[in-house]
Amino acid sequence: MRLIRSAIDRRRGEGSCTLLPSEPEDMWHIYNLVRPGDNLRADTIRKVAKESNAGGETDAGSRKQIQRAHITLTITVKSTDFDPASSKLRVSGQCSVENEYVELGQHHTIELETEKQFTLEKVDGWDSIALDTIREACKPERSAELWAIVMQDGLANICVVTPYQTLVKQKVEVSIPKKRIGGVDQHEKALGKFHGVVLSTMLRHLDLTLTPPPPLLIASPGHYAQGFFKYMQETAKTTSNKPLIAFLPSVVVTHSSTGQVSALNTALNSPAMKNKLRDAKYATESKLMDDFQTGLRLDNGKAWYGPEEVTLAVEKGGVGRGGGVLMVSNSLFRSNDIEERRRWVALVDRVRDVEGGEVRILSSLHESGKRLEGLGGVGAILTFPMPGLDEEIEEAKVAAKVGTETGGEGEGDVGLIIN
Amino acid sequence: MAALSVAEPTKKSKNLNVVEEYEKTNPKKSASFVVIGHVDHGKSTLMGRLLFDLKVVDQRTLDKLRKEADAIGKSSFALAWVMDETKEERARGVTVDFATNYFETDATKFTILDAPGHRDFIPNMIAGASQADFAVLVIDSSTNSFESGLKGQTKEHALLVRSMGVQQLIIAINKMDLAEWAEDRFTEIQQQMSAFLVAAGFQAQNITFVPLAGLTGENVVNPVPKDKAAWYTGPTLVSALDGARATTRAMEKPLRLSINDIFRGGVINPLSISGRIDQGTLQAGDAIVAQPAGETASIKRIEVASQEVDWAVAGQIVILHLTDIDPIHLRHGDIVCHLSSPITTITEFNAKVLAFEHLLPGFVDVHRGPLHVSGKIKGLVATLDKSSGEIAKKKPRIVQPGQVARVSVEMEKGMSLEEGMRIVLRSEGRTIGAGLLE
Ligand SMILES: Nc1nc2c(ncn2[C@@H]2O[C@H](COP(=O)(O)OP(=O)(O)O)[C@@H](O)[C@H]2O)c(=O)[nH]1
Ligand SMILES: [Mg+2]
Repeated sequence: MRLIRSAIDRRRGEGSCTLLPSEPEDMWHIYNLVRPGDNLRADTIRKVAKESNAGGETDAGSRKQIQRAHITLTITVKSTDFDPASSKLRVSGQCSVENEYVELGQHHTIELETEKQFTLEKVDGWDSIALDTIREACKPERSAELWAIVMQDGLANICVVTPYQTLVKQKVEVSIPKKRIGGVDQHEKALGKFHGVVLSTMLRHLDLTLTPPPPLLIASPGHYAQGFFKYMQETAKTTSNKPLIAFLPSVVVTHSSTGQVSALNTALNSPAMKNKLRDAKYATESKLMDDFQTGLRLDNGKAWYGPEEVTLAVEKGGVGRGGGVLMVSNSLFRSNDIEERRRWVALVDRVRDVEGGEVRILSSLHESGKRLEGLGGVGAILTFPMPGLDEEIEEAKVAAKVGTETGGEGEGDVGLIIN
Repeated sequence: MAALSVAEPTKKSKNLNVVEEYEKTNPKKSASFVVIGHVDHGKSTLMGRLLFDLKVVDQRTLDKLRKEADAIGKSSFALAWVMDETKEERARGVTVDFATNYFETDATKFTILDAPGHRDFIPNMIAGASQADFAVLVIDSSTNSFESGLKGQTKEHALLVRSMGVQQLIIAINKMDLAEWAEDRFTEIQQQMSAFLVAAGFQAQNITFVPLAGLTGENVVNPVPKDKAAWYTGPTLVSALDGARATTRAMEKPLRLSINDIFRGGVINPLSISGRIDQGTLQAGDAIVAQPAGETASIKRIEVASQEVDWAVAGQIVILHLTDIDPIHLRHGDIVCHLSSPITTITEFNAKVLAFEHLLPGFVDVHRGPLHVSGKIKGLVATLDKSSGEIAKKKPRIVQPGQVARVSVEMEKGMSLEEGMRIVLRSEGRTIGAGLLE
């Protein structure tokens, strides 16, 4: 992404900047930047009605002619809708600067995409997270890509992994009959067909001629991945598919626990993969989540998750210098509630600037970020144990609203679980 | 039901009262068992041996398997190949999916479900176990093997079948030839396993230990010669199997059958399915619906253990040849019901689970029989007192292994589930919990 013009007062956070996204990953950053209430100015197309006698598409019953006008419009953002697969961001809002075609307050949706410049103004200011996002997105080098196919019998997920996103390009599902006494023909045949479908789908979605070719990870439980890779090698030879033959050295075959996308995590962290990767942002992130969950299992009071627990831990000075780590899913900064957003920005600023702890912002489009989201979007590794943190919060709550329901709904027959 | 009267005349239901028919005919006892245990402990070989000694598999077939196994340097797997039939399984010497086979004793018609032991294929093991009345746990008694199995799938499998409802276990202490039929070794394993299994909720009187050797055949069908093991006076595997109690069958409840396989049953049966009737009954001519897709079909013919029958009841594993349905609407793990009482499809539920490992909110795969769907534990509702079921602690931050907890689970897509169904929760290739839907 390129920063075309910046008029942001860093001290007060006010102002606007003009950006030009160049690669799909940039659209993800922009999705994280544009929030309700912001003003967005960009070129767009609007159907407008014009008085005319000439032909063309006419509005029923009237003399007005519908035209598609190319205009530059400024809207106050109401909502955004991001489609990671096509890397398009649809921004809906209301016209905030009057012009020839659109009246103030009229609704309009601007579609942002790569190679399309726009200007963004934040009325309530640019916070540290937003500024970091721009800095990160405007780094000159193209973000490294990695491809992955996670599979099991009859299921394959063809994925593209970038530093910030894991995109499932296509899920392939083929029903494979099971072995039956004296009959494995249908099974073997369906398995062969499955390989064929996965390969042709892969060739449709991945451009093998990219230089340098991104590594392709094929992972599965058992030996499905090896089986598929073998099929790929044989097919490359028998069909004399030159790009595919040239691509084969970029393939890494490894183990995963299942064929689901959630199993990609461990596969990406496999030693075979690490050697292939220069930029392993997601690998460090998922390692971080692994360590964090290990900490939780130890139950030593040094790992906490959930908004209230983590906030309290920071307030009590537990996430500072000497090993304190705050982990935040960037979905929290996309909250439509401005107060909510400010709360998390403030917490991040405090840990980083006041407490001296480390802050890690995890992308919610990676498995690690999703794992963190499952835990309420925030987690912290403390410098010293705070074993009673949850009880403290409960007590505070009870004190705050005495008389609320506390009784147990204990019933039922646990014995049934194992009877 | 107009949609059901298409080209080929749909078979008319005889409208039998199947439960009455069942009681009238007083059929021979039937039972299915799943063979479980750590990989390479000899499950498939033992089943191959059992079928050979009972003459279900003939000498010619075995000779052929011997020759083929020799040819790729896998001679010791010839008996296992009776069960392991796919190219992949034979080339690697590892069972991938469970194999179904049948045999009969004077007292009982048995269905074997030979499960894979390898940890990667536990989803298939769960699918097999969901069709079983009881289980045979195979344990390799040779030096270090028993011990490494304990760290592997021996315990996990036992816990899994227990939480899936299996109460009776036969423990086949295998490869006694390698242990030189030492009584000490048998007793050592018996004691350790008893302690573990009783703690896991099995009742001591429901566990039978049988020392045997699947490869060589002692104590499988034929008793071990006295000169080898004079100390052993208990049953052979076959007599232990015969001694297993019949389990009750929920015939009066609405029909529920989990589809384990979808295949072409032959030229005249282009679309067939197989699975166990978990509850209820069915008969030829019945109109059915496969959930969650809601696709209707009608049952043309029914097979049980390769025999054509007019009806079948809960507990039986059946093949149904269908008409009036498009195969693309059927999926492994779908539940077949009667049109009158289809199962609900849900995306969220609460379950009471026994934690095998630490439970935290996060990704899980939800397994129910042959079906598994990705989802997540949304919240830890409470830990429960094991004996009373009362809430011990609300909203725990983490559930410790061995604790019983109520968790709320959300799935990526709808799954046909109802109260009382047994589910298994797995994450990153490990079983983290199992229990009952509330
Ligand atoms: N010596 C001996 N070897 C056995 C016995 N049973 C199985 N094996 C061997 O153990 C290996 C694994 O057997 P297999 O049936 O595939 O094990 P599974 O993975 O549990 O099904 C094979 O090489 C068998 O020949 C036995 O009773 N004695
Ligand atoms: Mg086996």
